[in-house]
Amino acid sequence: MSLIGTLARLEAVESGRAQPLATVRHRHLSDRPLVLVPLTTAGEAGAPLGALVGTDPAEPRLLVVAQPRDRDLRFAFLADLAEAVVPYLDGYAGEVEAAERSETDPETGKKVKVEVELCADAPQLIVPSRAGVEYVRLLGRSTRFRRTAEDDPDTPYPAPARVPLLGRWLTHYGERARVPGSSLLLAATDLLNRHWATGQSSLEDQHLGALLAWIEAGDGESGAEAALRAELGRDAAGQLLCPPAGPATDPTFDNRLLAPAIDRYDRARQALGAAEEGELADARLGELHRAEREVRRLVASQLKPTWDAVWRCLELLRGLPAGSRVADRWTRDRWSFTGHRDRVRSGEPPQPRRDDAVTSAQKLAARETAQAQLEAQEALDDPLVLAARRLAGEAFTAEVLDVVPAWTESKRPSPRPLLTVRTGDVPQLGEGVKVYRSLDGRPQSAAFVGYEPEDGTLVLRLLDRMGRAKNPAEGTVPVKGDRIVWTLFEHDQRGGPKLPDPEDTPWTHGGPPGEPGAERPDPVTPEDLL
Amino acid sequence: MTTTPAPATGVFDPGAAAAEATARILRDTLDGTARGVVVDSPPGAGKSTLVVRAALELAAAGRPLMVVAQTNAQVDDLVLRLAEKEPELPVGRLHSSDSDPYDRALDGLENVRKSAKAADLAGLDVVVSTAAKWAHVKTDEPWRHAIVDEAYQMRSDALLAVAGLFERALFVGDPGQLDPFSVVGAEQWAGLSYDPSASAVSTLLAHNPELPQHRLPVSWRLPASAAPLVSDAFYPYTPFRSGTGPGDRRLSFGIASDGSGPDRVLDEAAASGWGLLELPPRHTPRTDPEAVHAVALVVRRLLDRGAAAVSERSPDPVPVTADRIAVGTAHRDQAAAVRAALAALGVTGVTVDTANRLQGREYDVTVVLHPLSGRPDATAFHLETGRLCVLASRHRHACVVVCRAGVAELLDEHPSTEPVQLGVTLKFPDGWEANHAVLSHLAEHRVEWGP
Repeated sequence: MSLIGTLARLEAVESGRAQPLATVRHRHLSDRPLVLVPLTTAGEAGAPLGALVGTDPAEPRLLVVAQPRDRDLRFAFLADLAEAVVPYLDGYAGEVEAAERSETDPETGKKVKVEVELCADAPQLIVPSRAGVEYVRLLGRSTRFRRTAEDDPDTPYPAPARVPLLGRWLTHYGERARVPGSSLLLAATDLLNRHWATGQSSLEDQHLGALLAWIEAGDGESGAEAALRAELGRDAAGQLLCPPAGPATDPTFDNRLLAPAIDRYDRARQALGAAEEGELADARLGELHRAEREVRRLVASQLKPTWDAVWRCLELLRGLPAGSRVADRWTRDRWSFTGHRDRVRSGEPPQPRRDDAVTSAQKLAARETAQAQLEAQEALDDPLVLAARRLAGEAFTAEVLDVVPAWTESKRPSPRPLLTVRTGDVPQLGEGVKVYRSLDGRPQSAAFVGYEPEDGTLVLRLLDRMGRAKNPAEGTVPVKGDRIVWTLFEHDQRGGPKLPDPEDTPWTHGGPPGEPGAERPDPVTPEDLL
Repeated sequence: MTTTPAPATGVFDPGAAAAEATARILRDTLDGTARGVVVDSPPGAGKSTLVVRAALELAAAGRPLMVVAQTNAQVDDLVLRLAEKEPELPVGRLHSSDSDPYDRALDGLENVRKSAKAADLAGLDVVVSTAAKWAHVKTDEPWRHAIVDEAYQMRSDALLAVAGLFERALFVGDPGQLDPFSVVGAEQWAGLSYDPSASAVSTLLAHNPELPQHRLPVSWRLPASAAPLVSDAFYPYTPFRSGTGPGDRRLSFGIASDGSGPDRVLDEAAASGWGLLELPPRHTPRTDPEAVHAVALVVRRLLDRGAAAVSERSPDPVPVTADRIAVGTAHRDQAAAVRAALAALGVTGVTVDTANRLQGREYDVTVVLHPLSGRPDATAFHLETGRLCVLASRHRHACVVVCRAGVAELLDEHPSTEPVQLGVTLKFPDGWEANHAVLSHLAEHRVEWGP
């Protein structure tokens, strides 16, 4: 943690309220995000219990699996979820703008500009916590290889239409969430933790209720007290006042309320199956409906507080103005969405179970670039973030005291003016170290020449962005009295080298991965048929 | 490199053992049939010497080769060594197009051609560059041979980018030093044979387990006082010996101790090769001002007291000057703080850097700020085996560790809790174990800060 982050946490403890870590919002928020609050069944991986999903805080759609071990009900849940999510995603696929992308021409090997479509906006998914992001990934993994009756008429347990498609989209969103600075799939806790520091540990910060309690503390109660209540407070029946944000549920809820309700539902189903007479069957059907309604009511009681908390979190974040470079990162998210839309449209198979050597190296390189870019952009967007970098000696603000024109010693001299600047910061500068400033949104670099021995001021030599003429272009060289932020880190990131194509994977990495093709669906195991 | 056998090592002749290992490696490289040869080298075991020798022999056999190193400093160093051994050999230094891309000392070498374009260097016997630069080179005709230096510090994805450039390669590196790392999470690929964040050697061996693997058995850098500790703590299954015996290296001072903590720890280190200067226990920020001051003071006293070293290199005592001393830290801000403290004491010319940047370097005396000093927690970063190994294995004579008391307790409160990943080869010993091993040894050379 940065020094300023530690300070903010100490101040939060002292004041009893969360302290801001940012002055602007560093993540894109859609005008119409889709909030998804999933719950899972204890003891069985990938068995959804229910979810609230929707784009309107007042009208969540409640999906519940009354008997989570029943595969038919689970498929029905996934079909309903697909019904709620896929049309929302599709709603963004149609509206496009023209854009250019440089591609390598396969014949000439040269870079050429290609006119392509770019979706004008992209759909955004918000889940309550990081565990929710993991769950989105898990749902994607468990459904994207399913076959519908249309894909394969002989498949023994055909999935409802759209479920494999849902799996592919959830996989794409889950994978994109691993890219630093991306905003296609966000966790509410991550959003809050980026922008506020609480007085609790980072582990405790994963509890959405406790986190909000710190941020919204007031009226005579400290954040610590409110957070403790959010974590541990129980009602007269012994249930948590603030249920966990999922996907895991509270064991007390499972044992005391949910398990008996599911038992009642099972018994009602059996009784209905055993009923032969019409009148008796009607009565038992009523019984079954009541039992199902009870399970739905219970699951909803656990979901609704989290649903409200997620929307509250979005409201808090909308109170911050967006950082100026957030839109740039969102454009990359739009490219990501458009790219996957195109892959689905062109009938490509679902994402493979494991990345091959080249794909994994490409992904890692892209994420490292994104991380460096995110760190630079956040600091440039936000003086509070920049302050942390200044304290770490990675940036400094300085006043220009003097500008001396100078040129390179070549046949066609280029301007290399010397700046004398004074700073109160302690940048970690060595001779020749490059520093950067933002000039009309683009980086201008300078090299550190040395310290003036008398007064400790710094001398910098400007290196670029001064035009082609002998004398620097108007406005490209700072003037006396300017206060300028210089960073020791680069503002833009260079892309890495081109990796070989997967079919040219070298011997050190196992050679080519073999025949590309659609992966087979997961085999049915005895555990699938409990 | 000396071949003088020390009496205390008994029947073990380090010179002969090292020569035999080198001969086997060169045989496999020059005449073997395998596409790759892997050489593990403990600290200071003559890895660079081996690389230079292999490059010269391959070139002499009429087999042009490319050499891949990890940093520009390593590349320049290799080029200088090649030119020193064989001034007539045409060597290419492929460099980046940044300003000031290579060591200016290369300009004085007649047969070294420098260019930012690989095409300009075509046909030269040896072409040397960094992995990052090689990754941008395209070729239709791959090199028949390559040498990959510091292969354990090279990431698997970096090897992926350059492996298409050569047919066969000699991979040389030190498995005990810092593993390559990634600034973003790479857990999703953990356990895959080609995990892009793993080291190049682990990927290479996962796909080609039949490749011959060799080991250099003798550390010429570490003194007899350090080799057993470093070998036991960091290389428990691949032990090595020091090339010199207990009496071969001596450190003495012209001025007697004034009884202060720094002077007493220097005396201890001169006598035993190790010294632990222990400060009172305290939780501190990373740039703990007292510990940083203590480090600076130890360096200052080391210079003031006129330290002189006797070694197999020369029979007469050689003064330990500032350029033969290094200070090692875990973090860059700590290094910056030490530099500032040294400047305040009027000390210049001493290398102060992080473990990452001290890799592959050698000094007479090192002063180390312990990575766990003053910390409230022991994270995976601070526990990393390689970090401590680098810091504890840079010296030819003595190593002084400055640390807050209470690290042993801290370790006991923070057992390793990294999640277990399926398919990942466990690195052994883990940092926890290695830290305890080093601490218990240092405890025997403990000097308290206070009088």
